Amino acid sequence: MSLNREQIAMRVAQELKDGDYVNLGIGIPTLVASFVPKDIEVMLQSENGLLGMGPYPTKENVDADMINAGKETVTAITGASIFSSSQSFAMIRGGHVDFTVLGAFEVDQNGNIASYMIPRKLVKGMGGAMDLVAGAKNIIVTMTHANKHGHSKLLSKCTLPLTGVDCINKVVTDLAVIEIKDGAFHLLERAPGVSVEEIIEKTDGKLIVPDDVPEMKID
Amino acid sequence: MSGFNKIVSSYDEAMAGLTDNMTVIAGGFGLCGIPEGLIAQIKKMQTKQLTFVSNNCGVDDFGLGILLQGKQIKKMISSYVGENAEFERQYLSGELEVELTPQGTLAEKIRAGGAGIPAFYTATGYGTPVAEGKEVKEFNGRKYILEEAITGDFAIVRAWKSDRMGNLVYRDTAMNFNPEAATAGKITVVEVEEIVENGELKPTEIHTPGIYVNRVIQATFEKRIERLTLAKEG
Repeated sequence: MSLNREQIAMRVAQELKDGDYVNLGIGIPTLVASFVPKDIEVMLQSENGLLGMGPYPTKENVDADMINAGKETVTAITGASIFSSSQSFAMIRGGHVDFTVLGAFEVDQNGNIASYMIPRKLVKGMGGAMDLVAGAKNIIVTMTHANKHGHSKLLSKCTLPLTGVDCINKVVTDLAVIEIKDGAFHLLERAPGVSVEEIIEKTDGKLIVPDDVPEMKID
Repeated sequence: MSGFNKIVSSYDEAMAGLTDNMTVIAGGFGLCGIPEGLIAQIKKMQTKQLTFVSNNCGVDDFGLGILLQGKQIKKMISSYVGENAEFERQYLSGELEVELTPQGTLAEKIRAGGAGIPAFYTATGYGTPVAEGKEVKEFNGRKYILEEAITGDFAIVRAWKSDRMGNLVYRDTAMNFNPEAATAGKITVVEVEEIVENGELKPTEIHTPGIYVNRVIQATFEKRIERLTLAKEG
């Protein structure tokens, strides 16, 4: 069975390390916060200027001046700091954020990502995504393996305008965990019950498949 | 002392000198930390053909969105836009020009503008549509693009507290682009929740020193919430 959104987030959360500073994008990446392993601590960075983002507030604690990068009302944890936009992006662009998770329309075998613009549709903008992919040390993309027409989103070369070049290390999809290196996709794990053949069929770019492809462990 | 008194008592005084075709840098992220009353004053003044430098463009009936109704904005320099229908209509019909700029590059352009740095190299946007027409240079084996600084004829800013000398403190994530905006206006106008006496703010707690600030006006803010999200009960 292919993974649902929560299961993709669960698998990504397994990549987190104790002491990581982490930026989570909108959508599936946001869900990763709910599955941080109990035995580690991470600090969430929100690029509007908050390090140490906490859960959503109770009704009594809502404050219009406390929001995250998705413009949602949030809280701050003990040890949080709040700062200006240039400071926030100095952290990101200076390579101080350890781990970034974001969504994408397409990723290619050279680590390029297209995530912000579909030509001829309304262009809303890249927000902080271009800064994040240029700056973070370790970037994971979450997305479905194929689009709703069944076309692969893992390509030999991105067709949409790029958000960043040669910057994506790993992709977690509803079907597989894939590492990107040396100009190819490398199949690391498959979703429980999903065959290697299905992954091969739904991957457009060059895919290296080892003899043994273990199933992901999703609790 | 009066030479350092930045307090003004009316919105007419606060935005005096704003004319057609000027560039205005506005603080705020979404609807958080926006100078609501100063935007309303620009609407009242009906100033036209303005270029706005702001991360977003508000919603239909709040924030910079209210300036779209009277077609007061010629161009937006922003990282994320289109949260309102009128914006979409004007953009698609070509009435409104939009320069999409990565959020960190936008913040740094304004910071650099205020700090007298004309341009800087950044890896952000290299190899993407943002890099088109820009100089590329390699440092230590990595490629960077040259981005130019931004300054404004006006900067409009929201802060939490100001003393009479224009020393500012911001509140929580309403800070966002406001400290950068404050440094980069030829005339910087600040709307605050509270004006305090000189000396009430500790020198070390001041986020924006008064040297950057020209005018301060006290206001009451609506503080509209764009996406109310609550903890699940129980």
